Amino acid sequence: MAEPQDAAGARAAFATYRRLVAARIRADWQYRTSFLVFLAAQAVVTGADFAVIAVIFTNVDQLAGWSAVEVAFLYGASGLAFGLGDLFVSPVEFATNHIKAGTFDGFLIRPVGALWQLLGVEFAPRRLGRTLQPAGVLVVVVAVAEVDWGPASVALVPLSVACGTVIYGAIWVVTSSFAFWTVETQEIASSFTYGGNALTDYPIDVLGSWLRRIATFVVPLASVAYLPAVWLFDKPMPFGLPRLAAWTGPVVAVAAALVARGIWGLGIRHYRSTGS
Amino acid sequence: MAALIELDRVTKTFTVLQKAGRLRRRRVAVRAVDGVTFSVEAGATVGYVGPNGAGKSTTVKMLIGILVPSAGRVRVDGRDPSRDRVAVARRIGVVFGQRTQLWWDLPLHDSFELLRHVYRVPAADHRARLASLVDLLDMGSFLATPVRQLSLGQRMRGEMVAALLHAPPILFLDEPTIGLDLVSKEAVRAFLAELNREQGTTVVLTTHDLVDVERLCDRLLVIDHGRVIEDGTVAAVKARYGAERTLVVDLVEPGPPLAIAGVEVVRVDGPRQWLRFRRGTHTASSLLAEVAARAPVRDVTVEEPAIEDVVRRIYATSR
Amino acid sequence: MRLYWEVARTTARRLATYRGATFAGIVTNTVFGFILSYVLLAVYRERPQAGGFDAIDAVTFTFVTQGMLMVVGIFGNREMADRIKTGEVAFDLCRPYDFQGWWAAVAYGRAVFYAWARGIPPFLLGALVFDVRLPASAWTWPAFVAGAALAVGVAFAWGFLLQLSAFWIIDVRGPVQLGWVTAQFAGGTFLPLVLFPDGVERLARALPFASMMQLPVEIFLGKHQGLDLLVVYATQAAWLAALVAAGRLVLARAVRRVVVHGG
Repeated sequence: MAEPQDAAGARAAFATYRRLVAARIRADWQYRTSFLVFLAAQAVVTGADFAVIAVIFTNVDQLAGWSAVEVAFLYGASGLAFGLGDLFVSPVEFATNHIKAGTFDGFLIRPVGALWQLLGVEFAPRRLGRTLQPAGVLVVVVAVAEVDWGPASVALVPLSVACGTVIYGAIWVVTSSFAFWTVETQEIASSFTYGGNALTDYPIDVLGSWLRRIATFVVPLASVAYLPAVWLFDKPMPFGLPRLAAWTGPVVAVAAALVARGIWGLGIRHYRSTGS
Repeated sequence: MAALIELDRVTKTFTVLQKAGRLRRRRVAVRAVDGVTFSVEAGATVGYVGPNGAGKSTTVKMLIGILVPSAGRVRVDGRDPSRDRVAVARRIGVVFGQRTQLWWDLPLHDSFELLRHVYRVPAADHRARLASLVDLLDMGSFLATPVRQLSLGQRMRGEMVAALLHAPPILFLDEPTIGLDLVSKEAVRAFLAELNREQGTTVVLTTHDLVDVERLCDRLLVIDHGRVIEDGTVAAVKARYGAERTLVVDLVEPGPPLAIAGVEVVRVDGPRQWLRFRRGTHTASSLLAEVAARAPVRDVTVEEPAIEDVVRRIYATSR
Repeated sequence: MRLYWEVARTTARRLATYRGATFAGIVTNTVFGFILSYVLLAVYRERPQAGGFDAIDAVTFTFVTQGMLMVVGIFGNREMADRIKTGEVAFDLCRPYDFQGWWAAVAYGRAVFYAWARGIPPFLLGALVFDVRLPASAWTWPAFVAGAALAVGVAFAWGFLLQLSAFWIIDVRGPVQLGWVTAQFAGGTFLPLVLFPDGVERLARALPFASMMQLPVEIFLGKHQGLDLLVVYATQAAWLAALVAAGRLVLARAVRRVVVHGG
């Protein structure tokens, strides 16, 4: 996908992706009950993460100065972003399967970027289940939170979720790109993606300062939900950052996407020079 | 005019990790393709043959753009596949015999529709071309079946169509007839021959089935240990290496094996005798004359050397 | 008997070849251990004696739990269910060994490998950054190992039951995942049960899942001594027996179904 593409080529790539996704949705919908059961199961699974937060707050009133509602916001916003990233971008994890099976070459034969094809072929509608519960929590929190909901605050929430989706997506692509160099890497991806999601459920104030730094400046997880939450709930900014840092989501997302694209391109180049 | 496909001293070296003792591993450089040079004109049909591990697939992968050469120059339709993969991809069709590039869960019809968008084929052209291909390959009955439910023969026909929907001038096939029954094999060969005849599609075929080569290709390239060891028309190669021919005579009456100098009677079955001779010592007609001088002949045929024997001999001489 | 030993050994050996995956797994366990420990430390800053633990107990609990995740196999696997789905299980059932015993041997082989490959490294890494508590008494170590061994059995028997659903349900992913998430949550994997509200904690301890994770880790922390320890073992053993028996019953029914329907 890091190969030069004209506008028409990009259109072809997206048209391919759209059709592959539509085909998967149609196919899954044929097994409706199984699909819905799985959605429900996913909702429960994500509910477990939320239950952990709930249990924590039966023991304490606040966590590092954050109240239950505020932590719930972190959980909802980051969980929804993660769920959307999981739905649209996690199929890239299958790169390693295709490389092992020899079917990755099939993507390279076509005049369309391999990444788009991979994301389309391995699209799984049932992953939507991961978004339901965090979305519900987010909606409730927005309703009950004691925040001055001016236009800026209202806009910040969907903006953060969208940027968070892109950031998680970038993490997925980068960690899955390792498959081009060594094949047994699926779990490394998990430690960054699922680990990242666990981290963003809580205010980074709880972390040791070294990890806080990494989560803010290296792997920009803090941009997903924490910094926007600091702005919304009037908390102190970490590292003396300006309050405007809460709005850097789009910049961070674009930078992350470019990094991901670059590393994926490097991976494909390496794959093409060493074979499978 | 430049050839459609050009390889100039193309080399591909892989570094392989080998075990050297209990814990360490050594890096060994393996030359899968070693200075291969050849070119293919538009409209040709080339058979690319070699033992396993000879470098066939590696060469083809470099032509397709999946693999980047370590050294040398590759041009397909005037472009470098390693640099312009997307542009080259639009001009070639690829069929892998052992792997499918169709989408496993989709019915064939949907796969073809999807490919229309992948290759940006105008709707009208696509419709016409699809109709003619489906008709030629007799596929109407299973267009709606998901790929995973197709038989191998049906799937191969689907792969052919998928590779040709965008009317590429070049078609690469990697073991397309493997695992097919005889009828299907013949159908595939006939289809490819017609494609080449009618539309001038250049066909590059790697195969272990030398009958494919015999039926379909006018040129034969033999590769072994990463090097091209033979490059010529099928007829010329056969003539050079296929020194022995067999004259099959149907005598009017059964008789004892004919005794002719320089001729070995390989088999006798009633009135029919199989006489093996070498090109240098006899021609078919001179031998026929000698046979007729000894016994009345009712009918005669000449058997050319099987291409398997020819290629086996080529492998043997190259080692 | 020898057969099961071989099965366990081969399983362990096979897993040892996946070095990349093992390394990646250690990273995952460590990352989660760190995050959860930091969160718990924040909790214990507010309430230093929450649930009868102290902060060091909580952090130790987290890293021992992370180390035990793969040993106990509490994230489940679908090896057996896949074989049922493809029908290959028919071969397994024809063979002259105990079906459940076979998979138990696989589980124990896996447990032994993961004990040293993914059990110890995250704990060591955690110990570098956090204050953790090693057992005060030398007797705690074998006591812990015994508890862990029982935990592996209980978790295996639970997974065995879950995967048997493949004989009846086409897509087992949902139910199996649900079964394991319940086990994780009620077993104290994400959060020690002591932090749960009293009623909920009592309920959780009455379930088999506590025997898979919470109880053995509590042994490591030295929370069970003497008679109390024996009660813990008895609880684990009782659940092990009950789940194994249930597994055999359900398997017998499943086999009958397979035979009747022709596989």
